[in-house]
Amino acid sequence: MTFVSRGFVGRPGADRDTGKLPPGQYDIGGGFPVLSAGPTPRTALEDWDLTVTGEVAEPVRWTWREFQALPREDVTADIHCVTKWSKFDTTWSGVSLDTLLDAVETAADYVIAVCDGGYTTNLPLEDVVDGGAWIVDLYDDEPLPAEHGGPARLLVPHLYFWKSAKWVRGLRLSSTDEPGFWETLGYHDYGDPWREQRYAGD
Amino acid sequence: MTTESRRLDGNAAGGRLADVFAFDATVVQTRCGACGTRAPLGQYHVYADAPGMVVRCPGCENVVLRMAQTPGHTWLDMGGAITLDITE
Repeated sequence: MTFVSRGFVGRPGADRDTGKLPPGQYDIGGGFPVLSAGPTPRTALEDWDLTVTGEVAEPVRWTWREFQALPREDVTADIHCVTKWSKFDTTWSGVSLDTLLDAVETAADYVIAVCDGGYTTNLPLEDVVDGGAWIVDLYDDEPLPAEHGGPARLLVPHLYFWKSAKWVRGLRLSSTDEPGFWETLGYHDYGDPWREQRYAGD
Repeated sequence: MTTESRRLDGNAAGGRLADVFAFDATVVQTRCGACGTRAPLGQYHVYADAPGMVVRCPGCENVVLRMAQTPGHTWLDMGGAITLDITE
């Protein structure tokens, strides 16, 4: 008896032919996994603020109401998790880091995102300016759910998604690179999905 | 699924820690570096679906242990625990 196999055709929603899928990733389609390193913080909006601190001439702080009054941008982006799923055409709304960082004077080269729950991640400053990053509070036109980082998370879609820190509350500017939560535990300092920079040394 | 429902008890860490320790880590009396809670590691909270495994104090949720396995490496951070009391 002869069987004719169609062969492996990929997972549902596979989008391998469009050039949108970085090496080693698969298209998760409509799913949106939640990966957690701890309990979900639930900060009330009246207690929420966002700060830019560190090596700045004057620190700045926005309350939730002040943050809502800042100029907003809609963002559609593909996101890539280091655990190998990618999700295409996700839609967000929030405030560009260009807008936030315009409020400070700094000579820093790096930014450390500081979050409720103690999570941190480090990024070169040049990666989060010129339209490279946002602090988003809407996903699919709805308030960002807490399990996905609400009330507000960092969005840096051109790097692996662990850089898009959930529950962000502060941006600390520094002249030195300070590896964050995963970057100090074997994960890559920069995390470019197109160069498959998953682990230290990649 | 909520984050809380994905939380595991510390016994879930036993398998991965068996790759590192010669003893059963789940029964080791572990003292939290933040609040001083002392309990068997099996009673700690484990979050295992992130890029690495994170073990947190059941009293204050301080991270007492993190472990990640990358190609050719096992990374272990126990900076959040003061002591491990390993009974013979």
